[in-house]
Amino acid sequence: KSTLVIAEHDNASLKSITLNAIGAANKIGHEVTCLVIGSNCSKAADQLTKVEGVKKVLVADNAAFEGFLPERLTPLILASHKQFNFTHIIAGASAFGKGLLPRVAAKLDVSPVSDVIGIKDEETFTRTIYAGNAVMTLKVTDAIKVLSVRGTSFEAAKVGGGSGALEKAADGEYKNDLSSFVKQELAKSDRPELTSAKTVISGGRGMKNGDNFKLLYELADLLGAGVGASRAAVDAGFVSNDLQVGQTGKIVAPELYIAVGISGAIQHLAGMKDSKTIVAINKDPEAPIFAVADLGLVADLFKAVPEMTEKVKAMKS
Amino acid sequence: MALRALVGCKRVIDYAVRVRVKPDKTGVVTDGVKHSMNPFDEIAVEEAVRLKEKKVVSEIIAVSCGPAQCQETLRTAMAMGADKAIHVEIPSPQYETLQPIHIAKIMAKLATDQKADIVILGKQAIDDDCNQTAQMTAAFLDWPQGVFASKIDKEGDGLTVMREIDGGLETIKVKLPAVISADLRLNEPRYATLPNIMKAKKKPLDKKTPADLGVDLKPRIQVLSVEDPPVREAGAKVADVDELISRLKALGRI
Repeated sequence: KSTLVIAEHDNASLKSITLNAIGAANKIGHEVTCLVIGSNCSKAADQLTKVEGVKKVLVADNAAFEGFLPERLTPLILASHKQFNFTHIIAGASAFGKGLLPRVAAKLDVSPVSDVIGIKDEETFTRTIYAGNAVMTLKVTDAIKVLSVRGTSFEAAKVGGGSGALEKAADGEYKNDLSSFVKQELAKSDRPELTSAKTVISGGRGMKNGDNFKLLYELADLLGAGVGASRAAVDAGFVSNDLQVGQTGKIVAPELYIAVGISGAIQHLAGMKDSKTIVAINKDPEAPIFAVADLGLVADLFKAVPEMTEKVKAMKS
Repeated sequence: MALRALVGCKRVIDYAVRVRVKPDKTGVVTDGVKHSMNPFDEIAVEEAVRLKEKKVVSEIIAVSCGPAQCQETLRTAMAMGADKAIHVEIPSPQYETLQPIHIAKIMAKLATDQKADIVILGKQAIDDDCNQTAQMTAAFLDWPQGVFASKIDKEGDGLTVMREIDGGLETIKVKLPAVISADLRLNEPRYATLPNIMKAKKKPLDKKTPADLGVDLKPRIQVLSVEDPPVREAGAKVADVDELISRLKALGRI
Protein backbone atom coordinates (compact mmCIF):
# COMPACT_ATOMS: atom_id res chain seq x y z
CA LYS A 1 0.00 0.00 0.00
CA SER A 2 1.34 3.42 -0.85
CA THR A 3 0.30 7.05 -0.86
CA LEU A 4 0.95 9.65 -3.52
CA VAL A 5 1.27 13.29 -2.48
CA ILE A 6 0.97 15.83 -5.27
CA ALA A 7 3.38 18.60 -4.45
CA GLU A 8 2.37 22.25 -4.73
CA HIS A 9 5.26 24.52 -5.56
CA ASP A 10 6.31 27.42 -7.77
CA ASN A 11 9.16 25.43 -9.41
CA ALA A 12 11.75 27.17 -7.22
CA SER A 13 10.36 26.16 -3.85
CA LEU A 14 7.69 24.10 -2.14
CA LYS A 15 4.50 25.69 -0.83
CA SER A 16 4.21 25.10 2.89
CA ILE A 17 0.89 23.25 2.48
CA THR A 18 2.80 20.45 0.70
CA LEU A 19 4.54 19.68 3.99
CA ASN A 20 1.17 19.50 5.77
CA ALA A 21 -0.07 17.12 3.06
CA ILE A 22 3.00 14.92 3.58
CA GLY A 23 2.29 15.09 7.33
CA ALA A 24 -1.20 13.74 6.61
CA ALA A 25 0.24 11.03 4.35
CA ASN A 26 2.69 9.99 7.09
CA LYS A 27 -0.29 9.69 9.42
CA ILE A 28 -1.94 7.16 7.11
CA GLY A 29 1.28 5.22 7.46
CA HIS A 30 1.90 3.77 4.01
CA GLU A 31 5.00 4.40 1.93
CA VAL A 32 4.93 7.99 0.66
CA THR A 33 5.76 9.01 -2.90
CA CYS A 34 5.68 12.66 -3.98
CA LEU A 35 4.98 13.85 -7.48
CA VAL A 36 6.49 17.15 -8.60
CA ILE A 37 5.06 18.46 -11.85
CA GLY A 38 6.41 21.67 -13.28
CA SER A 39 8.74 23.40 -15.66
CA ASN A 40 12.32 23.75 -14.40
CA CYS A 41 11.19 22.36 -11.09
CA SER A 42 14.37 20.53 -10.02
CA LYS A 43 14.86 22.87 -7.03
CA ALA A 44 11.43 22.03 -5.64
CA ALA A 45 12.10 18.33 -6.26
CA ASP A 46 15.44 18.48 -4.43
CA GLN A 47 13.75 20.05 -1.41
CA LEU A 48 11.25 17.20 -1.34
CA THR A 49 13.92 14.50 -1.15
CA LYS A 50 14.89 15.90 2.26
CA VAL A 51 11.40 15.83 3.76
CA GLU A 52 10.82 13.32 6.52
CA GLY A 53 8.87 10.26 5.41
CA VAL A 54 9.25 10.75 1.66
CA LYS A 55 10.59 7.58 0.03
CA LYS A 56 10.45 8.54 -3.61
CA VAL A 57 10.15 11.78 -5.55
CA LEU A 58 8.73 11.48 -9.04
CA VAL A 59 9.65 14.42 -11.23
CA ALA A 60 7.86 15.52 -14.39
CA ASP A 61 9.76 18.49 -15.79
CA ASN A 62 8.24 19.79 -19.00
CA ALA A 63 7.48 23.20 -20.48
CA ALA A 64 3.91 21.96 -21.08
CA PHE A 65 3.31 22.21 -17.33
CA GLU A 66 3.69 25.99 -17.19
CA GLY A 67 0.74 27.36 -15.23
CA PHE A 68 -0.04 23.91 -13.73
CA LEU A 69 -3.16 23.40 -15.88
CA PRO A 70 -5.34 20.54 -14.56
CA GLU A 71 -6.07 19.42 -18.14
CA ARG A 72 -2.36 18.59 -18.54
CA LEU A 73 -1.51 17.50 -14.98
CA THR A 74 -4.36 14.97 -14.76
CA PRO A 75 -3.12 12.58 -17.51
CA LEU A 76 0.34 12.52 -15.93
CA ILE A 77 -1.09 11.77 -12.47
CA LEU A 78 -3.17 8.97 -14.00
CA ALA A 79 -0.10 7.56 -15.75
CA SER A 80 1.85 7.62 -12.46
CA HIS A 81 -1.02 5.92 -10.70
CA LYS A 82 -1.12 3.22 -13.36
CA GLN A 83 2.58 2.65 -12.80
CA PHE A 84 2.48 2.38 -9.00
CA ASN A 85 -1.14 1.64 -8.00
CA PHE A 86 -1.49 4.02 -5.07
CA THR A 87 -4.17 3.46 -2.43
CA HIS A 88 -4.28 7.16 -1.51
CA ILE A 89 -3.76 10.30 -3.57
CA ILE A 90 -3.40 13.46 -1.48
CA ALA A 91 -2.91 17.17 -2.07
CA GLY A 92 -3.35 20.27 0.05
CA ALA A 93 -6.83 21.84 0.08
CA SER A 94 -5.65 25.01 -1.67
CA ALA A 95 -6.90 26.55 -4.92
CA PHE A 96 -4.38 24.28 -6.66
CA GLY A 97 -5.40 21.05 -4.92
CA LYS A 98 -9.12 21.78 -5.01
CA GLY A 99 -9.00 22.58 -8.70
CA LEU A 100 -7.02 19.48 -9.63
CA LEU A 101 -7.99 16.52 -7.42
CA PRO A 102 -11.70 16.21 -8.34
CA ARG A 103 -10.67 16.01 -12.00
CA VAL A 104 -8.26 13.18 -11.18
CA ALA A 105 -10.86 11.41 -9.00
CA ALA A 106 -13.51 11.58 -11.72
CA LYS A 107 -11.11 9.94 -14.17
CA LEU A 108 -10.55 7.14 -11.64
CA ASP A 109 -14.32 6.95 -11.04
CA VAL A 110 -13.94 7.57 -7.31
CA SER A 111 -15.57 10.11 -5.03
CA PRO A 112 -12.95 12.50 -3.61
CA VAL A 113 -13.06 13.88 -0.07
CA SER A 114 -12.44 17.62 0.21
CA ASP A 115 -10.84 19.54 3.03
CA VAL A 116 -10.11 16.59 5.34
CA ILE A 117 -9.38 17.73 8.92
CA GLY A 118 -8.76 14.34 10.52
CA ILE A 119 -7.63 10.83 9.62
CA LYS A 120 -9.09 8.10 11.84
CA ASP A 121 -7.78 5.19 9.82
CA GLU A 122 -6.85 4.57 6.21
CA GLU A 123 -10.46 4.78 5.05
CA THR A 124 -12.16 6.90 7.72
CA PHE A 125 -11.85 10.67 7.68
CA THR A 126 -13.39 13.75 9.27
CA ARG A 127 -14.30 16.98 7.53
CA THR A 128 -16.48 19.96 8.30
CA ILE A 129 -19.76 20.76 6.58
CA TYR A 130 -22.08 23.79 6.78
CA ALA A 131 -19.25 26.28 7.24
CA GLY A 132 -17.80 24.35 10.14
CA ASN A 133 -21.11 24.11 12.00
CA ALA A 134 -21.00 20.32 11.87
CA VAL A 135 -18.24 17.74 11.69
CA MET A 136 -18.82 14.66 9.54
CA THR A 137 -17.01 11.37 10.02
CA LEU A 138 -17.18 9.28 6.88
CA LYS A 139 -15.87 6.03 5.51
CA VAL A 140 -14.79 5.97 1.88
CA THR A 141 -15.94 2.81 0.12
CA ASP A 142 -14.02 3.43 -3.13
CA ALA A 143 -10.78 1.47 -3.49
CA ILE A 144 -8.65 4.56 -4.14
CA LYS A 145 -8.93 7.40 -1.65
CA VAL A 146 -8.49 10.85 -3.19
CA LEU A 147 -8.17 13.47 -0.46
CA SER A 148 -7.51 17.17 -0.21
CA VAL A 149 -6.32 18.00 3.29
CA ARG A 150 -6.65 21.21 5.25
CA GLY A 151 -3.18 22.57 5.92
CA THR A 152 -3.93 23.89 9.40
CA SER A 153 -5.21 20.50 10.57
CA PHE A 154 -2.02 18.50 9.98
CA GLU A 155 1.43 19.10 11.35
CA ALA A 156 3.98 19.85 8.67
CA ALA A 157 6.45 17.06 7.90
CA LYS A 158 9.95 18.12 8.93
CA VAL A 159 12.44 19.21 6.31
CA GLY A 160 15.79 17.51 6.78
CA GLY A 161 16.42 13.92 7.72
CA GLY A 162 14.58 12.55 4.71
CA SER A 163 16.34 10.63 1.97
CA GLY A 164 13.87 10.30 -0.88
CA ALA A 165 15.09 8.97 -4.21
CA LEU A 166 14.58 11.05 -7.32
CA GLU A 167 12.95 9.29 -10.23
CA LYS A 168 11.63 10.47 -13.59
CA ALA A 169 7.84 10.35 -13.85
CA ALA A 170 6.04 8.53 -16.66
CA ASP A 171 6.83 9.95 -20.10
CA GLY A 172 4.07 11.08 -22.38
CA GLU A 173 2.60 13.84 -24.49
CA TYR A 174 0.93 16.10 -21.97
CA LYS A 175 0.49 19.25 -24.01
CA ASN A 176 -3.05 19.74 -25.27
CA ASP A 177 -5.00 22.69 -26.56
CA LEU A 178 -8.00 22.41 -24.24
CA SER A 179 -6.64 25.21 -22.10
CA SER A 180 -3.66 27.53 -21.99
CA PHE A 181 -2.02 29.63 -19.33
CA VAL A 182 -1.95 33.39 -19.89
CA LYS A 183 -0.69 35.06 -16.71
CA GLN A 184 -0.71 35.26 -12.96
CA GLU A 185 -1.04 38.45 -11.00
CA LEU A 186 -0.01 37.74 -7.46
CA ALA A 187 -0.47 40.42 -4.87
CA LYS A 188 3.03 41.59 -3.95
CA SER A 189 3.49 41.63 -0.25
CA ASP A 190 6.35 41.40 2.20
CA ARG A 191 3.95 40.17 4.84
CA PRO A 192 3.75 36.47 5.64
CA GLU A 193 1.27 34.39 3.72
CA LEU A 194 -2.08 34.13 5.51
CA THR A 195 -2.31 30.38 5.89
CA SER A 196 1.17 30.01 7.38
CA ALA A 197 1.49 33.28 9.34
CA LYS A 198 1.92 33.03 13.13
CA THR A 199 -0.20 36.14 13.59
CA VAL A 200 -3.09 37.30 11.43
CA ILE A 201 -4.92 40.62 11.65
CA SER A 202 -8.21 40.79 9.76
CA GLY A 203 -10.51 43.70 9.05
CA GLY A 204 -14.24 43.65 8.43
CA ARG A 205 -17.00 45.96 7.32
CA GLY A 206 -16.21 48.15 10.34
CA MET A 207 -13.05 49.32 8.56
CA LYS A 208 -15.37 51.52 6.42
CA ASN A 209 -13.08 51.62 3.37
CA GLY A 210 -9.96 50.14 1.80
CA ASP A 211 -7.71 53.05 2.78
CA ASN A 212 -8.34 52.39 6.44
CA PHE A 213 -6.72 48.96 6.08
CA LYS A 214 -3.46 50.97 6.37
CA LEU A 215 -4.12 50.98 10.11
CA LEU A 216 -3.98 47.19 10.07
CA TYR A 217 -0.91 47.04 7.82
CA GLU A 218 1.06 49.22 10.24
CA LEU A 219 0.24 47.01 13.21
CA ALA A 220 0.77 43.87 11.12
CA ASP A 221 4.27 44.96 10.12
CA LEU A 222 5.21 45.53 13.76
CA LEU A 223 3.95 42.08 14.72
CA GLY A 224 5.19 40.26 11.61
CA ALA A 225 1.57 39.42 10.86
CA GLY A 226 -0.39 38.55 7.75
CA VAL A 227 -3.46 40.62 6.90
CA GLY A 228 -6.86 39.12 6.11
CA ALA A 229 -10.44 40.28 5.74
CA SER A 230 -14.00 39.12 6.20
CA ARG A 231 -16.21 38.38 3.22
CA ALA A 232 -18.17 41.54 4.04
CA ALA A 233 -15.01 43.62 3.54
CA VAL A 234 -14.29 41.85 0.26
CA ASP A 235 -17.89 42.24 -0.92
CA ALA A 236 -17.75 45.94 -0.11
CA GLY A 237 -14.63 46.20 -2.30
CA PHE A 238 -12.25 47.29 0.48
CA VAL A 239 -9.66 44.62 -0.35
CA SER A 240 -9.13 41.84 -2.86
CA ASN A 241 -10.64 38.38 -2.53
CA ASP A 242 -7.35 36.60 -1.87
CA LEU A 243 -7.41 38.15 1.62
CA GLN A 244 -10.74 36.54 2.45
CA VAL A 245 -10.79 34.37 5.56
CA GLY A 246 -13.82 32.11 5.93
CA GLN A 247 -15.93 29.26 4.60
CA THR A 248 -15.29 30.09 0.96
CA GLY A 249 -11.97 31.85 1.44
CA LYS A 250 -8.89 30.79 3.34
CA ILE A 251 -8.84 28.71 6.51
CA VAL A 252 -6.29 29.99 9.01
CA ALA A 253 -5.24 28.81 12.46
CA PRO A 254 -2.46 31.12 13.66
CA GLU A 255 -1.22 31.50 17.21
CA LEU A 256 -2.81 34.94 17.37
CA TYR A 257 -5.80 36.15 15.36
CA ILE A 258 -6.91 39.75 15.75
CA ALA A 259 -10.38 40.48 14.32
CA VAL A 260 -10.92 44.19 13.84
CA GLY A 261 -14.37 45.57 13.02
CA ILE A 262 -15.63 42.07 12.22
CA SER A 263 -19.05 41.13 13.55
CA GLY A 264 -18.35 37.39 13.36
CA ALA A 265 -20.75 35.80 10.87
CA ILE A 266 -20.64 31.98 10.98
CA GLN A 267 -19.04 31.96 7.55
CA HIS A 268 -16.11 33.99 8.91
CA LEU A 269 -15.79 31.98 12.12
CA ALA A 270 -15.45 28.85 9.96
CA GLY A 271 -12.18 30.22 8.67
CA MET A 272 -10.47 31.22 11.92
CA LYS A 273 -11.97 29.57 14.98
CA ASP A 274 -9.10 27.10 15.34
CA SER A 275 -6.70 29.99 16.04
CA LYS A 276 -4.93 29.58 19.39
CA THR A 277 -5.71 33.05 20.75
CA ILE A 278 -8.47 35.19 19.28
CA VAL A 279 -8.68 38.91 19.94
CA ALA A 280 -11.73 40.89 18.87
CA ILE A 281 -11.88 44.67 18.63
CA ASN A 282 -15.40 45.89 17.90
CA LYS A 283 -17.50 48.77 19.14
CA ASP A 284 -20.66 46.63 19.32
CA PRO A 285 -20.59 44.67 22.60
CA GLU A 286 -23.25 42.31 21.20
CA ALA A 287 -21.18 41.30 18.14
CA PRO A 288 -21.08 37.47 17.82
CA ILE A 289 -17.28 37.58 17.43
CA PHE A 290 -17.04 38.15 21.20
CA ALA A 291 -18.58 34.68 21.75
CA VAL A 292 -15.41 33.06 20.36
CA ALA A 293 -12.81 35.66 21.37
CA ASP A 294 -10.39 34.94 24.19
CA LEU A 295 -9.79 38.63 24.65
CA GLY A 296 -12.48 41.09 23.63
CA LEU A 297 -12.06 44.84 23.52
CA VAL A 298 -15.24 46.86 23.09
CA ALA A 299 -13.88 50.01 21.51
CA ASP A 300 -13.82 52.24 18.45
CA LEU A 301 -11.26 50.56 16.21
CA PHE A 302 -10.14 53.90 14.79
CA LYS A 303 -8.89 54.83 18.26
CA ALA A 304 -7.91 51.41 19.60
CA VAL A 305 -5.82 50.18 16.64
CA PRO A 306 -3.56 53.27 16.35
CA GLU A 307 -3.15 53.25 20.15
CA MET A 308 -2.17 49.60 20.04
CA THR A 309 0.30 50.29 17.21
CA GLU A 310 1.93 53.11 19.21
CA LYS A 311 2.18 51.03 22.36
CA VAL A 312 3.55 47.95 20.62
CA LYS A 313 6.07 50.18 18.86
CA ALA A 314 7.16 51.67 22.21
CA MET A 315 7.36 48.20 23.69
CA LYS A 316 9.57 46.89 20.88
CA SER A 317 11.98 49.83 20.84
CA MET B 1 -22.73 31.29 -33.09
CA ALA B 2 -24.49 31.74 -29.81
CA LEU B 3 -23.93 29.16 -27.09
CA ARG B 4 -26.29 26.90 -25.22
CA ALA B 5 -25.73 27.14 -21.48
CA LEU B 6 -26.48 24.60 -18.77
CA VAL B 7 -26.51 25.94 -15.21
CA GLY B 8 -26.67 24.03 -11.94
CA CYS B 9 -28.97 25.13 -9.09
CA LYS B 10 -28.65 23.29 -5.79
CA ARG B 11 -31.32 23.72 -3.14
CA VAL B 12 -29.58 24.20 0.22
CA ILE B 13 -30.42 25.37 3.73
CA ASP B 14 -30.52 29.16 3.52
CA TYR B 15 -27.16 30.73 4.37
CA ALA B 16 -28.65 32.79 7.19
CA VAL B 17 -30.11 29.79 9.04
CA ARG B 18 -28.27 28.54 12.10
CA VAL B 19 -27.75 24.85 11.31
CA ARG B 20 -28.51 22.29 14.03
CA VAL B 21 -27.13 18.78 14.25
CA LYS B 22 -29.71 15.99 14.80
CA PRO B 23 -29.56 14.38 18.25
CA ASP B 24 -29.03 10.93 16.67
CA LYS B 25 -25.95 12.30 14.85
CA THR B 26 -27.11 11.16 11.40
CA GLY B 27 -27.14 14.61 9.85
CA VAL B 28 -28.50 18.11 10.34
CA VAL B 29 -32.10 19.19 10.85
CA THR B 30 -33.66 20.06 7.48
CA ASP B 31 -37.41 19.72 8.18
CA GLY B 32 -39.18 23.05 8.53
CA VAL B 33 -35.95 24.92 7.79
CA LYS B 34 -35.80 27.69 5.19
CA HIS B 35 -34.07 26.61 1.97
CA SER B 36 -32.77 28.72 -0.92
CA MET B 37 -30.67 28.41 -4.02
CA ASN B 38 -26.98 27.87 -3.20
CA PRO B 39 -25.50 31.43 -3.33
CA PHE B 40 -22.69 30.41 -5.71
CA ASP B 41 -25.28 28.86 -8.05
CA GLU B 42 -27.17 32.16 -8.05
CA ILE B 43 -23.95 33.74 -9.32
CA ALA B 44 -23.73 31.01 -11.99
CA VAL B 45 -27.31 31.67 -13.14
CA GLU B 46 -26.69 35.43 -13.16
CA GLU B 47 -23.59 34.99 -15.31
CA ALA B 48 -25.52 32.90 -17.83
CA VAL B 49 -28.24 35.55 -17.96
CA ARG B 50 -25.68 38.30 -18.51
CA LEU B 51 -24.06 36.27 -21.30
CA LYS B 52 -27.49 35.93 -22.86
CA GLU B 53 -28.03 39.69 -22.59
CA LYS B 54 -24.70 40.12 -24.39
CA LYS B 55 -25.94 37.68 -27.09
CA VAL B 56 -23.10 35.27 -26.31
CA VAL B 57 -25.59 32.70 -25.02
CA SER B 58 -28.79 31.81 -26.86
CA GLU B 59 -30.57 29.56 -24.36
CA ILE B 60 -30.21 28.82 -20.66
CA ILE B 61 -31.25 25.48 -19.18
CA ALA B 62 -31.33 25.29 -15.38
CA VAL B 63 -30.85 21.91 -13.67
CA SER B 64 -31.52 20.84 -10.11
CA CYS B 65 -31.12 17.35 -8.65
CA GLY B 66 -33.02 16.30 -5.55
CA PRO B 67 -36.47 16.06 -3.98
CA ALA B 68 -39.65 17.69 -5.34
CA GLN B 69 -38.94 21.03 -3.62
CA CYS B 70 -36.05 21.59 -6.04
CA GLN B 71 -38.69 22.78 -8.49
CA GLU B 72 -39.05 25.97 -6.42
CA THR B 73 -35.32 26.55 -6.85
CA LEU B 74 -35.70 26.03 -10.60
CA ARG B 75 -38.58 28.54 -10.72
CA THR B 76 -36.26 31.05 -9.06
CA ALA B 77 -33.62 30.39 -11.73
CA MET B 78 -36.23 30.90 -14.45
CA ALA B 79 -37.46 34.09 -12.78
CA MET B 80 -33.85 35.32 -12.96
CA GLY B 81 -33.77 34.59 -16.69
CA ALA B 82 -33.24 30.88 -17.40
CA ASP B 83 -35.38 29.75 -20.34
CA LYS B 84 -36.26 26.26 -19.19
CA ALA B 85 -35.51 23.81 -16.46
CA ILE B 86 -34.84 20.14 -15.85
CA HIS B 87 -35.60 18.59 -12.50
CA VAL B 88 -33.73 15.34 -11.92
CA GLU B 89 -35.83 13.68 -9.25
CA ILE B 90 -33.90 11.95 -6.50
CA PRO B 91 -36.01 10.74 -3.60
CA SER B 92 -34.95 11.35 -0.05
CA PRO B 93 -33.15 8.15 1.07
CA GLN B 94 -30.93 8.18 -2.01
CA TYR B 95 -30.45 11.93 -1.78
CA GLU B 96 -28.73 11.53 1.58
CA THR B 97 -25.75 9.64 0.19
CA LEU B 98 -25.57 11.59 -3.05
CA GLN B 99 -22.11 12.98 -3.77
CA PRO B 100 -20.74 15.48 -6.29
CA ILE B 101 -19.54 12.51 -8.41
CA HIS B 102 -23.19 11.53 -9.02
CA ILE B 103 -24.28 15.10 -9.80
CA ALA B 104 -21.31 15.53 -12.13
CA LYS B 105 -22.31 12.39 -14.06
CA ILE B 106 -25.86 13.72 -14.35
CA MET B 107 -24.62 17.15 -15.48
CA ALA B 108 -22.25 15.60 -18.02
CA LYS B 109 -25.03 13.45 -19.51
CA LEU B 110 -27.42 16.41 -19.67
CA ALA B 111 -24.74 18.62 -21.24
CA THR B 112 -24.36 16.05 -24.00
CA ASP B 113 -28.11 15.44 -24.46
CA GLN B 114 -28.91 19.14 -24.48
CA LYS B 115 -25.97 19.96 -26.78
CA ALA B 116 -24.66 22.50 -24.29
CA ASP B 117 -21.54 24.52 -25.15
CA ILE B 118 -20.96 25.86 -21.68
CA VAL B 119 -21.81 24.52 -18.24
CA ILE B 120 -21.76 27.07 -15.42
CA LEU B 121 -21.87 25.89 -11.82
CA GLY B 122 -21.26 27.44 -8.41
CA LYS B 123 -17.76 26.75 -7.11
CA GLN B 124 -19.08 25.10 -3.97
CA ALA B 125 -22.35 24.37 -2.21
CA ILE B 126 -22.64 25.93 1.23
CA ASP B 127 -24.07 22.74 2.76
CA ASP B 128 -21.47 20.05 2.02
CA ASP B 129 -18.69 22.56 1.15
CA CYS B 130 -17.25 20.03 -1.33
CA ASN B 131 -16.10 22.21 -4.24
CA GLN B 132 -15.92 19.30 -6.70
CA THR B 133 -18.86 19.20 -9.11
CA ALA B 134 -17.54 21.52 -11.84
CA GLN B 135 -14.11 19.88 -11.95
CA MET B 136 -15.66 16.40 -12.13
CA THR B 137 -18.23 17.40 -14.76
CA ALA B 138 -15.40 18.74 -16.92
CA ALA B 139 -13.47 15.49 -16.43
CA PHE B 140 -16.41 13.28 -17.43
CA LEU B 141 -16.92 15.37 -20.57
CA ASP B 142 -13.19 15.72 -21.30
CA TRP B 143 -13.80 19.46 -21.49
CA PRO B 144 -11.50 22.14 -20.09
CA GLN B 145 -12.37 23.70 -16.75
CA GLY B 146 -12.28 27.35 -15.72
CA VAL B 147 -12.88 27.06 -12.00
CA PHE B 148 -13.17 29.79 -9.32
CA ALA B 149 -13.90 32.29 -12.09
CA SER B 150 -14.12 35.99 -11.28
CA LYS B 151 -14.41 37.17 -14.90
CA ILE B 152 -15.21 35.45 -18.17
CA ASP B 153 -15.05 36.87 -21.70
CA LYS B 154 -15.75 35.20 -25.00
CA GLU B 155 -12.77 35.50 -27.32
CA GLY B 156 -12.65 33.76 -30.68
CA ASP B 157 -13.72 30.15 -30.26
CA GLY B 158 -12.95 30.10 -26.54
CA LEU B 159 -13.23 31.92 -23.25
CA THR B 160 -10.73 33.99 -21.34
CA VAL B 161 -11.22 33.21 -17.67
CA MET B 162 -9.83 35.16 -14.74
CA ARG B 163 -9.56 32.86 -11.74
CA GLU B 164 -9.28 33.44 -8.00
CA ILE B 165 -6.18 31.62 -6.75
CA ASP B 166 -4.22 31.74 -3.51
CA GLY B 167 -2.36 35.03 -3.41
CA GLY B 168 -4.04 36.72 -6.35
CA LEU B 169 -5.54 36.17 -9.77
CA GLU B 170 -4.73 33.98 -12.74
CA THR B 171 -5.84 34.28 -16.35
CA ILE B 172 -6.28 31.22 -18.55
CA LYS B 173 -7.90 30.49 -21.89
CA VAL B 174 -10.22 27.56 -22.35
CA LYS B 175 -11.59 26.17 -25.58
CA LEU B 176 -15.33 25.73 -25.94
CA PRO B 177 -17.18 23.62 -24.93
CA ALA B 178 -16.08 24.22 -21.34
CA VAL B 179 -17.15 24.03 -17.71
CA ILE B 180 -16.97 27.15 -15.55
CA SER B 181 -17.36 27.45 -11.77
CA ALA B 182 -18.44 30.78 -10.34
CA ASP B 183 -16.56 32.46 -7.52
CA LEU B 184 -17.84 35.27 -5.34
CA ARG B 185 -16.72 38.22 -7.42
CA LEU B 186 -17.97 37.05 -10.82
CA ASN B 187 -21.08 39.21 -10.47
CA GLU B 188 -23.84 40.29 -8.12
CA PRO B 189 -26.99 38.27 -8.76
CA ARG B 190 -30.20 40.17 -9.51
CA TYR B 191 -33.40 39.81 -7.56
CA ALA B 192 -36.29 38.24 -9.44
CA THR B 193 -39.01 40.81 -10.06
CA LEU B 194 -42.68 39.97 -9.52
CA PRO B 195 -43.56 40.01 -13.26
CA ASN B 196 -40.62 37.71 -13.92
CA ILE B 197 -41.69 35.38 -11.13
CA MET B 198 -45.13 35.20 -12.78
CA LYS B 199 -43.58 34.58 -16.20
CA ALA B 200 -41.34 31.85 -14.77
CA LYS B 201 -44.40 29.84 -13.76
CA LYS B 202 -45.21 29.34 -17.44
CA LYS B 203 -41.72 28.32 -18.55
CA PRO B 204 -41.19 24.62 -19.34
CA LEU B 205 -39.96 22.36 -16.54
CA ASP B 206 -39.00 18.81 -17.52
CA LYS B 207 -38.70 15.94 -15.09
CA LYS B 208 -36.15 13.17 -15.40
CA THR B 209 -34.85 10.38 -13.22
CA PRO B 210 -31.22 9.26 -12.80
CA ALA B 211 -32.30 5.99 -14.47
CA ASP B 212 -33.45 7.96 -17.56
CA LEU B 213 -29.93 9.34 -17.74
CA GLY B 214 -28.24 6.03 -17.02
CA VAL B 215 -26.47 7.32 -13.91
CA ASP B 216 -25.82 4.88 -11.06
CA LEU B 217 -26.32 6.47 -7.65
CA LYS B 218 -24.54 3.78 -5.66
CA PRO B 219 -23.22 5.42 -2.46
CA ARG B 220 -19.46 6.02 -2.44
CA ILE B 221 -19.23 6.95 1.20
CA GLN B 222 -20.75 5.84 4.44
CA VAL B 223 -21.60 8.62 6.89
CA LEU B 224 -20.60 7.38 10.33
CA SER B 225 -21.63 10.46 12.28
CA VAL B 226 -22.42 14.15 12.06
CA GLU B 227 -21.61 16.00 15.24
CA ASP B 228 -21.38 19.48 16.69
CA PRO B 229 -17.94 21.01 16.36
CA PRO B 230 -15.97 21.47 19.58
CA VAL B 231 -17.27 24.58 21.31
CA ARG B 232 -14.85 27.38 21.78
CA GLU B 233 -15.30 29.08 25.10
CA ALA B 234 -15.43 32.82 25.05
CA GLY B 235 -12.83 34.43 27.22
CA ALA B 236 -12.83 37.72 28.97
CA LYS B 237 -13.40 41.27 27.89
CA VAL B 238 -10.52 43.62 28.52
CA ALA B 239 -10.98 47.19 29.68
CA ASP B 240 -8.55 48.95 27.35
CA VAL B 241 -5.62 48.65 24.99
CA ASP B 242 -3.12 48.53 27.86
CA GLU B 243 -4.80 45.51 29.39
CA LEU B 244 -5.04 43.84 25.97
CA ILE B 245 -1.31 44.28 25.37
CA SER B 246 -0.31 43.06 28.80
CA ARG B 247 -2.55 40.00 28.51
CA LEU B 248 -1.10 39.17 25.07
CA LYS B 249 2.39 39.62 26.46
CA ALA B 250 1.62 37.29 29.35
CA LEU B 251 0.42 34.69 26.85
CA GLY B 252 3.61 35.13 24.86
CA ARG B 253 1.69 36.09 21.73
CA ILE B 254 3.43 39.43 21.17
